[in-house]
Amino acid sequence: MNPASSTRGTVKERADIALNDDFLRNAVRFTTDRLRSGKKVASTEHGNWEEWRERGRQIRLHTIAHLDYYLNLFVENARSNGVHVHFADNAVEATDIVMTIARQKEAQSVIKSKSMVSEEVHINQALELSGIEAIESDLGEYIIQLAGEGPSHIVIPAIHKNRYQIAELLSEDAGETLEPDTTILAGYVRRKLRQKFLEADIGMTGCNFAIAETGSMVLFENEGNARMVTTVPKTQITLMGMERIVPSWADLEVMATLLPRSATGQRLTMYMSGITGPKRTVDADGPEEMHIIIVDNGRSQQLGDPEFQELLNCIRCGACLNVCPVYRQIGGHSYGGTYSGPIGAVLTPALNKNVAEWDDIASASSLCGACYEACPVKIPLHDMLVSLRRRKVERGHGDKLEALGMRGFATLMANSKRFALAMRLGKIAQKPFVHNSGIHLKLGPLKGWNTYRVAPTLANHSFRDQWKELSAETAAQPKTIDPAVRQRMEQVLADRQHNKSTSRTGGESHE
Amino acid sequence: MKVSLFITCLSDAIYPKVGEAMVRLLAAHGIQLDFPPVQTCCGQPSYNSGYWDETRTAARTILKAFQSSDFVVSPSGSCTYMIHHYPELFKDEPEYLALAHELESKTYEFTQFLVKVLGITDIGAAFPYKVTYHPSCHGSRLLGIKDEPIALLNHVQGLELVPLPFAEDCCGFGGTFAVKMADISGAMVTEKVDHIKETEAEVLVGLDMACLMNIAGNLRHRGEQVRVMHLAELLYEGVSVR
Ligand code: SF4
Repeated sequence: MNPASSTRGTVKERADIALNDDFLRNAVRFTTDRLRSGKKVASTEHGNWEEWRERGRQIRLHTIAHLDYYLNLFVENARSNGVHVHFADNAVEATDIVMTIARQKEAQSVIKSKSMVSEEVHINQALELSGIEAIESDLGEYIIQLAGEGPSHIVIPAIHKNRYQIAELLSEDAGETLEPDTTILAGYVRRKLRQKFLEADIGMTGCNFAIAETGSMVLFENEGNARMVTTVPKTQITLMGMERIVPSWADLEVMATLLPRSATGQRLTMYMSGITGPKRTVDADGPEEMHIIIVDNGRSQQLGDPEFQELLNCIRCGACLNVCPVYRQIGGHSYGGTYSGPIGAVLTPALNKNVAEWDDIASASSLCGACYEACPVKIPLHDMLVSLRRRKVERGHGDKLEALGMRGFATLMANSKRFALAMRLGKIAQKPFVHNSGIHLKLGPLKGWNTYRVAPTLANHSFRDQWKELSAETAAQPKTIDPAVRQRMEQVLADRQHNKSTSRTGGESHE
Repeated sequence: MKVSLFITCLSDAIYPKVGEAMVRLLAAHGIQLDFPPVQTCCGQPSYNSGYWDETRTAARTILKAFQSSDFVVSPSGSCTYMIHHYPELFKDEPEYLALAHELESKTYEFTQFLVKVLGITDIGAAFPYKVTYHPSCHGSRLLGIKDEPIALLNHVQGLELVPLPFAEDCCGFGGTFAVKMADISGAMVTEKVDHIKETEAEVLVGLDMACLMNIAGNLRHRGEQVRVMHLAELLYEGVSVR
């Protein structure tokens, strides 16, 4: 297992590998198409989607604004339920806590259900270094664990692999040839894992939501493996991002509507488990001992940051990945971190405050806003990407050539006479390169553009050069305005005036 | 009432025909556009790249240009949306901040202005071709322009509007993104053009010349004959030939 393999090089270099991998691109397209159309159907069918999105957003905004309070409440309640609660400031602390528990229990093997936080802190590597077997029981996670890779999608970790590649991996694992048939492959893994479940000393889970009012943790899943992880082994360890809190079970209802519909287009998830403490004497099953590790690892740095606090609202549904036209082309590993797609492009740099090492991950976006539109809690990822770019520039880590170009741009655009002159000069300068009224030159900044396109030429006469004539011509034969049209315009003006006097800012949008 | 044209630097320099079409179409409805020549660029290239001081320099020309306008109309949803960032950009400059709020409330993208302000959906055009429409991201997602262009297109006589598969997917332009991440952007525009070809449309129409420049460039690179037009051009051609 080598998670570092996906973080080598620059975004561009990693993207180039993906762009040349047709298997990967087809697999990503195939599954994201299915997920996003599922989501479209599920949100339309819901009937009140926009209203629920807003409710979801409000719940998350409120919770994060009062995170101290709700986190304390959660911890108090969880402790009184008999849960051992730990806090980890960073990845090292989180793995240390896990290792301490594992040593106490003399654990030989840990069975896991899907947890992005565990990927984030690289728990499997830590366990394996100490000779403890870590087994992923989520099918997708099992596959990437075999392949020695990190997840390339928040919800579908092995999204980049097709059926045949998966059959190959599993055949190798099985020591016999398995047909590339989903039922056969899943059947094999199920049989294999059954034994592992019985042998495991520790069950490790993530946490979709933590309910402050009762100190419970809630897991959403489709395979039933998380339920096994939380019932069979004697000890349970849950890794939880510190922002996973919701105040109440009533709030969970909103999340339980938003999350599966956004993630996979399901109305409800197959299994939703709410766990409130270890096994009591009256319970038929459950762990005898339960630990929850609340992981910060850069999250608290977003608190109080007006540009990034909303990042903590994320419910990890993956909807932003499924609609992202960039993710579609380059897959998840190109992002170089545990989290990929638009949320990863913001989260990875935000969690690791070292601006100089941000690479160009925030630049790998066309800022199309599809992520924002898809997000069930309306996180403005497209604005955050711009904020990241700006901070990098402000702190002097911008590209030198680009900075020079931007200064030139500002000089040019500061004054319309200069801009007009530049257009005229440009027309002369472009002459040697124009061929069939297009520019095909593959040099300098035009190289990338013209590898895929023919560049247009500057017009013979710019609009401003034509303006005098054009306006004289249209003014010569004035048409009368339809009174109904005039009335509408006057109404808009009056409404605007009204808005201005009623709102202090006056900057109402006209939507 | 003063209705001013915010031409955008791209249409000014490369696609003046789009501005001309807007001027003539609106003049035919009794609206004589005004063109304040001090405008340059809305500042989007530098804004999106994180260079906000440079952005303010460009943006000031826009704020000054339209101080006395009642309505500002632009052929680009993206540049129109850029104006919505001005209050944030000028939050520490009270004088410009007031102008920014004011400009934000009075700036419209072309189809928004036609349909939402003027109430015109039938411009009296005929255009007997098979047309597909690419909704640009900023206009459709961030300004919410979805029905306006469709209403206008549906009223054009003889026009056959064919749906574009994956229409809402970005064409891959993204300003400096197309240069910085050229291969990713190239893959995106290639897929966009694949879908345009699937429609067998003769004409691709849109509301943003930057996106259309990107798509047209790839079409041409691949030797495809599809004609690429801004909706204003299409409508103007449609009324001229009648
Ligand atoms: S940012 Fe929004 S869409 Fe993306 S994973 Fe988080 S909640 Fe889902």
